[in-house]
Amino acid sequence: MRVEALFLLFLGVFFGIVGIVYWFWSYEDGGGMMLLGTSLLGFLPGGYYFFWHKRFHGKRVFFWGKSTGAGDRPSDRDDATLSEGAGVIEAFPGSSIWPFVLGMGAFLTVLSMVFGVWLIFLGVPLILTALVGVTAESRRGGHI
Amino acid sequence: MTDVIAPGTTETEAPGLHLPPETDGHGPSGTDGHEEHGHEAHGPTGILKWLTSTDHKVIGMSYMITSLVMFYLAGIMAMFIRLQLTTPHASLLTFGQYNQLFTMHGSLMLYLFAGPFAFGGLANFVVPLQVGAPDMAFPRLNALSYWLYLTGSITMLMGFLVAGGAASFGWVGYAPLSSATSSPGAGGDLWIMAIALTGFSAIFTGVNLVATIFYLRAPGLTMFRMPIFTWNMLVTAILILIAFPVLTSAMIMLFCDRHFGTHIYTAVGCHAVSGAAIQGCGSPLLWQNLFWFFGHPEVYILALPFFGIVTEVLPVFSRKPSFGYKGMVFATMAIAALSTGVWAHHMFTTGAVLLPFFSFLSLLIAVPTGIKFFNWIGTMWRGHLRFDTPMLFCIGFLFAFLMGGVTGIMLASPPIDFATHDTYFVVAHFHQVLFGTAVFAGFAGLYYWYPKFYGRMLRENLGKWHFWLMFVGFWVTFMPQYVVGLLGMPRRVASYPSNLGWESYNIVSTVGAFIIAFSFLLLLINLVVSWRNPVPAGNNPWDAHTLEWFTTSPPPHHNYTHLPPIRSERPTWDYNHPDNLTVPHGKDAVHVKERVPVG
Amino acid sequence: MALLFTGCTLPTFGGYKGSTSQGRTEFHLWQGFFITGIVVGGLVFLLIVWTVFRYRKSSDAIPVQSQYHTLTEIIYTAVPIVIVLVLFVFTVLAENNVDAVATNPATEIHVYAFQWGWEFKYPGGVKIIGQTTQAPTVVIPANETVRIDLKSLDVLHGFYVPAFNFSRYASPDYYTTFDLNALHTGTYRGQCTQLCGLYHSLMFFNVKAVTPAQYDQWLHAQQALVRSQPGSVPKLPSGVNSSAPAISTNSHSGGDPSSD
Repeated sequence: MRVEALFLLFLGVFFGIVGIVYWFWSYEDGGGMMLLGTSLLGFLPGGYYFFWHKRFHGKRVFFWGKSTGAGDRPSDRDDATLSEGAGVIEAFPGSSIWPFVLGMGAFLTVLSMVFGVWLIFLGVPLILTALVGVTAESRRGGHI
Repeated sequence: MTDVIAPGTTETEAPGLHLPPETDGHGPSGTDGHEEHGHEAHGPTGILKWLTSTDHKVIGMSYMITSLVMFYLAGIMAMFIRLQLTTPHASLLTFGQYNQLFTMHGSLMLYLFAGPFAFGGLANFVVPLQVGAPDMAFPRLNALSYWLYLTGSITMLMGFLVAGGAASFGWVGYAPLSSATSSPGAGGDLWIMAIALTGFSAIFTGVNLVATIFYLRAPGLTMFRMPIFTWNMLVTAILILIAFPVLTSAMIMLFCDRHFGTHIYTAVGCHAVSGAAIQGCGSPLLWQNLFWFFGHPEVYILALPFFGIVTEVLPVFSRKPSFGYKGMVFATMAIAALSTGVWAHHMFTTGAVLLPFFSFLSLLIAVPTGIKFFNWIGTMWRGHLRFDTPMLFCIGFLFAFLMGGVTGIMLASPPIDFATHDTYFVVAHFHQVLFGTAVFAGFAGLYYWYPKFYGRMLRENLGKWHFWLMFVGFWVTFMPQYVVGLLGMPRRVASYPSNLGWESYNIVSTVGAFIIAFSFLLLLINLVVSWRNPVPAGNNPWDAHTLEWFTTSPPPHHNYTHLPPIRSERPTWDYNHPDNLTVPHGKDAVHVKERVPVG
Repeated sequence: MALLFTGCTLPTFGGYKGSTSQGRTEFHLWQGFFITGIVVGGLVFLLIVWTVFRYRKSSDAIPVQSQYHTLTEIIYTAVPIVIVLVLFVFTVLAENNVDAVATNPATEIHVYAFQWGWEFKYPGGVKIIGQTTQAPTVVIPANETVRIDLKSLDVLHGFYVPAFNFSRYASPDYYTTFDLNALHTGTYRGQCTQLCGLYHSLMFFNVKAVTPAQYDQWLHAQQALVRSQPGSVPKLPSGVNSSAPAISTNSHSGGDPSSD
């Protein structure tokens, strides 16, 4: 996860610097806050991956070590073989009606903001049904 | 939920190591023994299959078709705009209709075509294939993204059907023009809601892309072996996460201003004394800041995927690896980082922004973009160039974006921007860069990956006609617009004075637009002809390099039954050309050989 | 910097020479950027053309699979940085000049933009106002510093005079200030450049630069008129902010100063 972490931390640091420079140079709140937010967007996942990587390899390896080593995921190692990735990759939800239902519910809900609040009585139930359906589907497994 | 088993390998890894055979969902299951309908033959069929599909290939295709429909609709609107502007005081359209048309032309192209085609369409289809994954990380979220996009598109187009017509305040919706007093009517509200829907669609796709790229790469496919298209999509996805929430928030606040009596952006009834803001008054400047903080990363969200396409196509048709791989990656990151800091270069003429800060960063973006340009040329350098249609479109992109980029540098300088802002000079500039990327490079991607999507080739001769007509039409349309912009013709005008000499340039520009329109007709013909009389494509008709060309065309369910060994950024090339293995950058040759797994 | 370019007769490259000193500064910057663009763009253009023609496929053999060349990459990273820095320096010099607001302007005019016309307010209560094609004329003295305070009365508008190489947004929530130093007398057309609704395309105005003596004469005459007939000061047209324009004939053109 080293490259991912470095990339996101770079964003965090870059926008932190740019944000600080901008805020104190221009005293403009909108841009300053947005740049600060972007910096946090980099630090949050970047920090998580950094700590994950550190737990496996140590801080020294993160900054200065070889980019990969034993203990990394197969997709992070230059010399990984396909057999190391054998087995179940993950569970992937198959065909499901719920994204469509949720989409239609969202559609009707936003239309209710434009055309009349009564539409919300169609939209919100669809959304709720879809949320329940998705959760139930995840628990019991669906079609491919 | 079905567990997906990793695909097998193409060579015997080591004696005694047995890999589970490819199944369709049977086999060791992580769930607790429920009966599962294993085979897809028993799944939903027909329209229900489309409505319930979570397969990234189906979703990607749906996105591409929908976005191309939006593209053609917006193109028709552009033809009306050009027809109106051919003569100084045309009465083809009323002022109100004209304002709706350019607003919707821009909105459809930017919100509903360019972005969704790139990250919803091409990326959805190609990225999981390029990283060797069976699907996107969150398939149902992926499907939701598409439905939000489709309903958002319908919402925006509904504007034409309501009283008062569609939104008519420009695709940027500047306050206070977009306020309820200046632009009442449901058209503006529908526009806002459409952007909210498609905004969430984009955010969910961004999340999906990042998760897929971070977590679902095949063994051996390290970050620095990913294809550049996938790298660009990763950076694009992060830009989406940075930019779109700001847009959605800004739109929600605009809606509140329009309907809930807030004064976030409007200063109605407030009289500023010598520039100082008064408590309780809103600020139109705030809208501009928020919108452009989204708006500028948005144009790079639109551009980066297409840069990625070019970086895929050029190496294949030069028969060489991509030049300066790491430079490309870092340049893309630099472009994304810088692009988030330059938003107010769209606001130079407000007199209220920090000019040196924004002009410096804007000028600086030329550096990583230049690096990419030189790397593209370096890819072709000393190659053996084949000029199939995808390659032609890439070369057309290079010329278009070169000039568009140079004029962008001019606009990055505030004094020059003062003279050219909101004139046709800017219109020509952004059409050059957007048309160059989204259209030229986008069609390069379409012609390049079409065989992979459908297992058949598009007609080469029609493709070449399409390219040349579009190329000629493109320059004929937009070069006169630079000139007339420098003469002082503003943008978003439904008519112009007849005594200023602008008419001849506008006539030429309209002729060019018709040439472009005709070339798009050829594309449609190509699509139809190639469908009805298919010429089968194999797995790898272009002798391409990246992983997706290893599997069948079209790919099977869950994409891969077998994977080649992955030791460089060109696994398929390595498999097909074992005498010309790609040397992994910075590594020694030992890593090229396969290793027997331990234990 | 300006001396460098005034020495030689470069083409205008399509831009206006600039009829104010600020516009002239912008014009020279424009010429510099254009030349840079031709040089850099032309170089890259030639590179692409050369590559495309020279390396057309000659055989089926696989070419040398070169992937990087560190020295070249360093060069084409460093050189653009230098070019960008140079462009930035010239930009800052020019923009400081264009944006500079003098301490003692010769005259100060308030400009109000509204849907869909312009109002020019002079000291002493003199107002010039007109809508759309009535194209009101703002009279300014040439060769003197004119302070403009610009504001909108409703939505965003753009105060744009092509011959001055200059535009500025008129915003309802603050006054924005800039200086114009017209270099010679003349009449220059202007137009609204920021979409402001239905009749945005027709929001014309003119800038008329006259000699300082003529300007003083004209202004004093107008101020006298205002004092003697206070009721004649025109009000804003009714129906501001509505989507249908009020085509009133309520305009006070102030007469033509050069014919007085």
